[in-house]
Amino acid sequence: MCDMVQLRMFTPSSDAIVVGAGIVGAACAYALSRAGLSVTVIEARAAASGTSSQGEGNILVSDKEPGPELTLGLYSLSRWEQITGELQEFLPTGFPSIEYDRKGGLVVATTEAGAPPLLDFARTQRPAGVTAVEVDHDEALRLEPQLNPAVTAAVRYPQDAQVQPVIATEAFLAAARRLGARTLFGEEVVGPIIADDGRIAGVRTHRGSRPAGLVIIACGPWSARVADQLGSWLPVRPRRGVLLVTTRMPHLIIHKVYDADYVGAVGSDDQGLQTSSVIESTAAGTVLIGSSRRQSGFDQALDLAAAREIARKAITIFPFLATASVMRTYGGFRPFMPDHLPAIGPDPRVPGLWHATGHEGAGIGLSIGTADLITSLIAGTPPPVDPAPFAPSRLGEPASVGDP
Amino acid sequence: MTRTVIIIGGGPAGLAAASAALDRGARVVMLEAAARLGGQFWRHPADRSATDTGLQHGWRTFLELTDRISGDPSARVITNAQVWAIDHDLQGPRVQAAVGVADGPGREMISIAGDSLIIATGAHDRTLPFPGWDLPGVVTGGAAQAMAKAEAVAVGARVAVSGSGPFLLPVAASLAAVGAQVVGVFEASTPGALAAGWLPRAPWLAGRVPELAGYLAELAARRIPYRTGRAVIRAHGDPSVSGVTVSRVDGDWRPFPGTAEYFDADAVCVSHGFTPRLELAIAAGCAISADRFVTVDDAQSTSVAGVYAAGETTGIGGSDVALAEGRIAGHVAAGGAPTDPELRRPVRRRATLRRLAAAIRDGHRIGRNWTSWLTDDTVICRCEEVSYGRLRTVLAATGTTGLRPAKLTTRVGLGPCQGRICGPTVEELLIGADRRSGDGVIIDRRPIAAPIRLGELAREPDSPKMTQEQGTTQEEDR
Amino acid sequence: MTAAPDPTEVRLTLAGTPLVARRGQTIAGALLTSGLLCWRTTARDRRPRGLFCGIGVCFDCLVIVNGVRDIRACQRPVVEGDVIEFQDETLPRSVTEQ
Repeated sequence: MCDMVQLRMFTPSSDAIVVGAGIVGAACAYALSRAGLSVTVIEARAAASGTSSQGEGNILVSDKEPGPELTLGLYSLSRWEQITGELQEFLPTGFPSIEYDRKGGLVVATTEAGAPPLLDFARTQRPAGVTAVEVDHDEALRLEPQLNPAVTAAVRYPQDAQVQPVIATEAFLAAARRLGARTLFGEEVVGPIIADDGRIAGVRTHRGSRPAGLVIIACGPWSARVADQLGSWLPVRPRRGVLLVTTRMPHLIIHKVYDADYVGAVGSDDQGLQTSSVIESTAAGTVLIGSSRRQSGFDQALDLAAAREIARKAITIFPFLATASVMRTYGGFRPFMPDHLPAIGPDPRVPGLWHATGHEGAGIGLSIGTADLITSLIAGTPPPVDPAPFAPSRLGEPASVGDP
Repeated sequence: MTRTVIIIGGGPAGLAAASAALDRGARVVMLEAAARLGGQFWRHPADRSATDTGLQHGWRTFLELTDRISGDPSARVITNAQVWAIDHDLQGPRVQAAVGVADGPGREMISIAGDSLIIATGAHDRTLPFPGWDLPGVVTGGAAQAMAKAEAVAVGARVAVSGSGPFLLPVAASLAAVGAQVVGVFEASTPGALAAGWLPRAPWLAGRVPELAGYLAELAARRIPYRTGRAVIRAHGDPSVSGVTVSRVDGDWRPFPGTAEYFDADAVCVSHGFTPRLELAIAAGCAISADRFVTVDDAQSTSVAGVYAAGETTGIGGSDVALAEGRIAGHVAAGGAPTDPELRRPVRRRATLRRLAAAIRDGHRIGRNWTSWLTDDTVICRCEEVSYGRLRTVLAATGTTGLRPAKLTTRVGLGPCQGRICGPTVEELLIGADRRSGDGVIIDRRPIAAPIRLGELAREPDSPKMTQEQGTTQEEDR
Repeated sequence: MTAAPDPTEVRLTLAGTPLVARRGQTIAGALLTSGLLCWRTTARDRRPRGLFCGIGVCFDCLVIVNGVRDIRACQRPVVEGDVIEFQDETLPRSVTEQ
């Protein structure tokens, strides 16, 4: 429950506290710092120790149907295009490359039945600003020589890109620090500081009080718990994903390649196991193979059924991968929202509390857009996209005690 | 109801466990990754009769144990069985193995569970990096032993042996036995540290000392120098090793300036102790102690009901304590109690021999200033070629405290060995000697415990039947 | 008239040239016996590697056998007719610096 705590002058107050040092929190810290706010990032573990380090580093437009998420995605993509250069100014020497690569995506159907939905989907995306190029069989094999020749349809998405998400997170944090932000790791939020007028005036952590003008929750799937601790509510739930990593091999996969099932899996509400191939090479020469979705709480146990299905589907797309050596598996919890849109904006219950979370599998790509959007709302400058669809107030009330 | 005991690892601990479990009337399934039983300690040629018993210790025990097991219809030994994962179903842990020639592809995939599981996965050499350790010709002590014992091959013609621990002695002896000239054995521990570790335990280790004295005598007879307070601090050569620099080191392993000696050598065998192989115990859910071993009680039982651990995974102590622990684990896993009279002798031996583990731990502790022999160019992560300088630069630039972001920003530990070689060093450099990282992640957690081919992973595994036929062992002696 | 084939011999091809090994050897043992210490080239710095741990945990000794990569030479027994190639590793061309 909320405490009435006198504002203390011992810990210097920040303009903003960002709870969570994943890529979204890090990007917010950077954007707010650039806008001239003093920022403190409070992270319970280490940077990018949650979802940000557990995905592939996808920056996609191919998987988004026309709508607010796609709009934010296109804006965010345009920012990713510039960000490497922009961050250079603030990063110390020796900082590793964030490996931004606009490699493009290729969505393929491998069955007759899979072809029409893929082409129809592409058709709907084009008017919304997505470049979706239908390619014929020969062109598909030219783009990806190792592709299963039984491909029935293929669409190329040149705008799809990839980044190394952990380095990118660390880069945003380092740049924010250069601009005066403080980053506190291994510090866990336990409750709010509430001012006399009911506004949130900071957070209490297990180390003491951290006063601030406003607080932003950017904790991914853990945002529900933190929202609850701070006197509010957010219906974000974990959706487990598993990825396989191969050993280094000659560069044989050029684009991000997905089978047409991918879009269906992302948009599904099904709690059971859903898998769909997402395959790409990395700058290190390994191949990342995903992906799966399963709502099973925060269970970290090895999901062999998911790994097996992912393996099977990947071999259908790229038969040569049958002899690829899988050296590790990793995975994590996407922050799943019931209406498949992130929560970006002011909390409807607690004045001064904000949300930047719930990006499901799109957090890497949408991080900068989210950061710019929330910064504009806080600073009162024109937002880069319409904020209304992302407003946390749209989410209503918890249906019963103990939701979600 | 006959219990089925699954044993992972066919070295001394696993073999002793199998024998004890069979004695208690259990069914045993043993999974061994190599082509033959014996683990590292009893590594031997494909043609067992060609074994040079001069290179072996306790060979009679090995023969007795393997005869006991292979002759028993209740035992099924599956060699070339690489356990690559342990997952869980409602009944408990399930062992996933790929059976077939090493590294496949196309191995048979099996999934197996029993009433109890014994993890006896052993250990591998810990090697501290030094400039030039990535040159071909620099190998671990374990590699020298494996090549000598299994293939009668010397890893070089003129070999320097360096590191710390009693293991250096049999390494040097076996190198000499297969025809290498051993330039010297360079033990980093100073006489003071050695005395502090070994002398207090000497009365209890009377049984062990003759063996070690034997090695020292053999080294003396062959005029192989055994030098304490010395370390190889650089290997030279291109493209492979042609010489080493040996320096005197102080009690904390910092090299004394001006004490460097150069030796011609075409191989260097390095061993700074051992790292237990914990990934399967972790996958099974077992608690790991602060000093990074599987936590077990007097019954060799882990924190997971029905899961036991024996041998080097519970503490580095060598083969004799592994045999004792294995016996206890096998007996209890098969339904016995640790207080049963059959276990009196192994329980006593375990208590005595744990003093050997203590002697090794105290007498050969890695000196905290060993890093002073590193240069910026020294490779820390061999797989991903990450140098000491690069590691420090990136860690300073990101300010990271977690092992996971450290791996993902520097690439250490992300190669095929998954941090087995560089992991303890990286953890120490990142966090300090207690190796407790800011995100609670430890390098030993590897849900995929050994690489498997994607096509193998794609296949639904079979559950092998526990057959009752004679001679179900698939060990091949060619 | 050719001599009777020695049953302990195993004939391999190594990087296109014949290599005779002994039955029961691992590929690593056969390579060391033939005088080779270096049989892999690393991706980034193009450095030579060969045997290191000898017991299958370091993955330095990798060779290509019958077209399949990532075979640990220290674990793999020699088999008559095996075609062995050196595993020369590279990074994708899009990587510029690190």
